[in-house]
Amino acid sequence: MQFGNLLTSIVDGLLIGAVYGLAAMGLTLIWGVMNVINLAHGPLIALGMFSIYLLFSNFGLNPYLALLIAAFLGLIFGILIYFIAIQRVLGASHLSTLLATYSVNMIIIGIGTAIFTTTFRNVDYSLGNITFGPLTVLGTRAVAALLTFLIAGSLYLFLYRTRLGKYVRAVANNRAAAELMGIPSTQILALSFGIGTMLAILAGGLISTMLPFTILSGGAYELKSFVIGVLGGLGNPLGSLVGGLVLGLLEGIVPVFMPNTWVPVIEFVIFILILIVRPTGLFGVKK
Amino acid sequence: MVTKSLSTPTEGIAMILNVQGVTKRFGGLQALTNVTFDLPEGQILGLIGPNGAGKTTLFNVINGVYAPEAGQVIFRGRNMTGKKPYQLAKQGLARTHQVVRPLNELTVRENVIVGACFGRENHRLKQASKIAEEVLNFVGLGGKIDQLAGSLNITEKKRLEMARALAARPYLLLLDEVLAGLNPTEIEYMLNIIRQVRDGGITIIMIEHVMRAVMGVSDRIIVLDYGKQIAEGTPQEVSQDPRVIEAYLGDPKLAKKLMEE
Amino acid sequence: MKRLMNPGLWITLLIVVALGLWPTITRNAATRELVFTILLAIGFASSLNILLGYTGYVSFGHVVFYGLGGYIGMYLFKQYNSPLWIAVPAGGLAAGLLAFILGKSILHLRGGYFALVTIGVNEAMRAFINTLKPFGGPTGIELDFSVYKPYGGAANALWLVYYTAFGLALLFIIISFMIKTSKFGLGLLSIREDEDAAEVMGVIAPNLKTWAFVLSAILPGMLGVLFFFKNGNVEPGDAFRLGFSIENLVMIMLGGQGTVLGPVLGAIVYQRLRGLLLVSPLFKNIQLSVSGVLLLVIVLFIPVGAVGWLRNRFPRLRRVLP
Repeated sequence: MQFGNLLTSIVDGLLIGAVYGLAAMGLTLIWGVMNVINLAHGPLIALGMFSIYLLFSNFGLNPYLALLIAAFLGLIFGILIYFIAIQRVLGASHLSTLLATYSVNMIIIGIGTAIFTTTFRNVDYSLGNITFGPLTVLGTRAVAALLTFLIAGSLYLFLYRTRLGKYVRAVANNRAAAELMGIPSTQILALSFGIGTMLAILAGGLISTMLPFTILSGGAYELKSFVIGVLGGLGNPLGSLVGGLVLGLLEGIVPVFMPNTWVPVIEFVIFILILIVRPTGLFGVKK
Repeated sequence: MVTKSLSTPTEGIAMILNVQGVTKRFGGLQALTNVTFDLPEGQILGLIGPNGAGKTTLFNVINGVYAPEAGQVIFRGRNMTGKKPYQLAKQGLARTHQVVRPLNELTVRENVIVGACFGRENHRLKQASKIAEEVLNFVGLGGKIDQLAGSLNITEKKRLEMARALAARPYLLLLDEVLAGLNPTEIEYMLNIIRQVRDGGITIIMIEHVMRAVMGVSDRIIVLDYGKQIAEGTPQEVSQDPRVIEAYLGDPKLAKKLMEE
Repeated sequence: MKRLMNPGLWITLLIVVALGLWPTITRNAATRELVFTILLAIGFASSLNILLGYTGYVSFGHVVFYGLGGYIGMYLFKQYNSPLWIAVPAGGLAAGLLAFILGKSILHLRGGYFALVTIGVNEAMRAFINTLKPFGGPTGIELDFSVYKPYGGAANALWLVYYTAFGLALLFIIISFMIKTSKFGLGLLSIREDEDAAEVMGVIAPNLKTWAFVLSAILPGMLGVLFFFKNGNVEPGDAFRLGFSIENLVMIMLGGQGTVLGPVLGAIVYQRLRGLLLVSPLFKNIQLSVSGVLLLVIVLFIPVGAVGWLRNRFPRLRRVLP
């Protein structure tokens, strides 16, 4: 194994890992605010992929411009999902919220499969290669990672520097107390679900510029989001970015030393161990 | 700290519970500091003190919900410090909860059967069902036996808590504000039950805010304030203790009430 | 055994017997395949209900027991030419053992965390077996046609598998009923209602939960052996399909969690409905979406399921429908 190759796979892993982190951010935000494990997360990521694909292939839109439109639609779609499927089961048993979100999963996948079938698609868009000495990375990957940090930064500013963001954190912390202080919790919950959905759509959109996909591809990223969420602390969106980088690094390094098929084994064993020992995550705060 | 030792009047009598130097912290909050007392069999011990004094925390340490940072809980001669609630239950400790915790989707009878089945005597379902009927009649819930526990009103739920604890036929019963929220008639009814339980040989510790009641029924009283024992003795001794009056002075109404009663 | 004289149990058994004997009467292979799928669902859902409905723990990745059982069985068939009557219990035993180990390590997690970790366990197992050479890695294990010979050919073997599944489904419905009406079952129900309060009353929750988990895993393990034996091959993707777990959760919800009859009814209705949707030209392509809408309606509006709704509507039925 050459040093250059190892370096390339590490950097590649980190770049993709950042996007994984973005996907997980949406999942963990929703968990943190309303204690719901969103099992529709994967299909939402897939919808992000297909939004970019459709806007790019049919209307010739620049993928990054398409991303902006998709993000907005994602926000609206997420709020809709909240009012239709989530609101009524909030506070009910975990089975209810799990199955409610899973029903959304089934609906999206059912319609998606009927329309798009399960053949592979890709967004045929290139930004060339970027080379630093022995290191070569794809332009789309570099941009995807860059945008991820931008989005994560915006999310941070939103949560910690805006009134609305403070409301979100207040509702996450203690919904009843937030309501007593006059925070419209229903709207805030809906908005949070919308933002969580938007993040999934954005992540899917960025992935579509890097890798081929089908309508079912989101599932794998949903599982990765679980692992990352647990790594970074469920309910801690920014921990997800760190978790994503860790996972990406793992995926970059492990194949150098053992067969590729061991990657998911290691990922899920780590996932289980963290949940057993420290369910609040490695970087999570104790509730 | 401790005004009077409990050991003097009770020497030679079997101790059912020894609490020795129990200390419990929650983060920076010192919930219990060096709480120490012995409890002779067959008595009613009243545990009083202002809100947040650590009374329920003390119950939680005694029955194993929390492990203390320091100190020991010796129940019937065995060191039970840090043991689980079910281990204490099997040894003959039962309790009620300040905020009632009925098993809502089970019937009243089933709730009480759980107490009889899994408590000290480890009964089979059939015997447990008989015990449940007896106990439910005893606490006056005989008419509601096949209703869902979730459908009871709050007074009935308090009685259900009591019945569940009694069905275990415990040696020691911890009662956490079983009188709170009851009207005078209901309080009298419950006190009568408590006295009968004691006369049946069960030792009781009760946390109570209804002063007249707890003073009337208790053999001895311990007063907690900010997690410390500030007084103990007979009800008369305690009600005249200046430290107790001082502790309640933070709440003048309560102090006045205490003095009058 | 006086408590076995319960009309609710007999209604449930009667339904399953009638269903199970249907292919015997018609001697039709297509009917048998259809009913086999339903029996599989009845057995799996009834088992899962012991944990979900009685104990209140959501095992989302329960299919891991089915998949593991299937793999153990297939390995025994392939490597040791093992007969069905050894492979089936072996699959159940392996599943039970895994559940015991898991029970000791993950059942202290509550609510969503437990559901998540069961998903993780299933995915880890799938990924692990995908790398495991003796189990054939990603291509899995394929049986030779000759394994059916000792049973008098494939056709007979399929009937044998069918009747075994039928018998096991009946047995586990009885077991599920006996658990529910036992002291052990009462302990489980008290854990479901309020685990902390139950422990204060002396219920040794860690042990009871573990045994509930083990009991809920054994039949899925055995059914996995039967299914993949009939199937002739097993692959990681088929054996550990998360959707399979979730379908069974849906059946339990549909029929009524925590009741003996509920999962049985739910399994029958769900499988029939799915079959109808699959053959309808209108819904064939969006079968999954229609099921999704149906699930959502149930979760939102009748979360106690059909039997639960009946029990709430007519309290007298509580005695009749356990």
